[in-house]
Amino acid sequence: MRLALREVLTAFRRAPGLGFLSVFTIAFSLFAFGLFGLVAYNTRLALERLEERVEIRAYVTEGTEADAVAAAVGDVRAFPEVASVTYVTPEDALKKARAEMAEFQDVFEPEFLPASLEVRLRPGMRDPERVKAVSNRLKGYSFVDDVRYGEEWVQKFYSVRRAATAAGIVLGIAFALAAMIIIGSTIRTSVLARSREIGIMRLVGATDGFIRAPFLIDGLLKGLIGGMLAVALMWLTRAALTATVFAFEFFPTPVLLLGILVGAVIGLLGSALSVGRQLQRV
Amino acid sequence: MSSGQPIVKFTSVTKSWQRGSGGLQKVSFAATRGEFLFLTGPSGAGKSTILKLCYMDEMPSAGEVRVSGTSSMNASRVEISKLRRKLGIVFQDFRLLEDRTAWANVAFALEVTGTQPKAIPARVQKVLERVGLGPKMQAMPSELSGGEQQRVAIARALVNDPFVLLADEPTGNLDDRASRAVFQLLRDINVSGTAVMMATHDLDLVRSSGFRSLELNKGALVYDSSEAPLPEREH
Repeated sequence: MRLALREVLTAFRRAPGLGFLSVFTIAFSLFAFGLFGLVAYNTRLALERLEERVEIRAYVTEGTEADAVAAAVGDVRAFPEVASVTYVTPEDALKKARAEMAEFQDVFEPEFLPASLEVRLRPGMRDPERVKAVSNRLKGYSFVDDVRYGEEWVQKFYSVRRAATAAGIVLGIAFALAAMIIIGSTIRTSVLARSREIGIMRLVGATDGFIRAPFLIDGLLKGLIGGMLAVALMWLTRAALTATVFAFEFFPTPVLLLGILVGAVIGLLGSALSVGRQLQRV
Repeated sequence: MSSGQPIVKFTSVTKSWQRGSGGLQKVSFAATRGEFLFLTGPSGAGKSTILKLCYMDEMPSAGEVRVSGTSSMNASRVEISKLRRKLGIVFQDFRLLEDRTAWANVAFALEVTGTQPKAIPARVQKVLERVGLGPKMQAMPSELSGGEQQRVAIARALVNDPFVLLADEPTGNLDDRASRAVFQLLRDINVSGTAVMMATHDLDLVRSSGFRSLELNKGALVYDSSEAPLPEREH
């Protein structure tokens, strides 16, 4: 281990430019991938906030007994898709309408507004099929006059969300592959720069494991440092965007740690593959 | 020098490459412990191939190479590594690490084979003094002459106390004086009990030494001086 670390330092001292180039290539490749991830993450958060607006409104027939409505509220609350059910009286509906719409400012009689059940669904259960299924179940109650949930809006929203998810996956894979190819090439260059050393080690009888060790440590360290640099660059970019464009959410800490770990693993695997290929030649 | 016990044995060894050139055709011979053996022949005759087969950098296409009990038929990469620790290998182009001193180049061979760190300095010093480089231990390869660089390479080959030294045209890059000095060093090494297999173009050297020689031509073993005296011929 001590010798492996010494060899890592020797290689770095011999070609510091190549060492820095490897670290910066890893950092910038992960930064580009991370930046895409940051945009995708913020898009997802925005879509989640929009999704929270999905609600079903079941209008209650005028003159329905309060007990019947209360019993139904209990039933609906027990639906697995349902997060909350609120009974909205005509008075509540008018109050809300007056608060949100100017044309209701001069209306004081709530009677013409129907009472309703405002049903909100759990996260992950707001897709058009489930919304429609819950809506149909609500229609089954005798006192329910009509059910509305903005069917067209929900369908469009989910089409956009599906397209964004597909684009995110395709672009994400493309970015990840590009990053891995660039990082792999850089690591291969640094391994090739030491091919003479590898050949001599094999000639004097060093085992493959012994030869690999310094290269694996080298790749791991470069990946780790590159990953940390990428996180720092992303943080700076996010701060600049938040100050100049609009507030961007940053990745949660576990995701950041995962990003650094990914950098280290890419460095390690890149080195393992390159040195393995080199060992096959000597 | 020879004690009669084979340490390298080639049995009907054929080596062919897809590209078709070079290689060996059914070569059989044995080298014995403590022997000095020359491999001669024109370029491409198969001298280097024989040495590569000895340290199992190449494997035969047919036949068997057996070196100190390790057979090419079933040697794993780990076994090949272990075998190479018992061999010394020297090349025409020295193959030194240019950014390390003579001392570090020799020590490297011990370090990468897991020698106890405490034992390394004394062994390196001893072997560098043996090849006559005691005063130049801390010199970088670029500060040494060709002959001196080859001495470093020989020291590196000797530091693990090999039973056989494989030398692939070790004097090929040296002037006449340096060549003679390196050859004398190889003779001294042989006298101390290490077998030497040396590929060379220098027929004068072969004739004057009186050691056994194998002559190769187009991959075939055409002459073994242990079976008949060396004829007068030019390559």
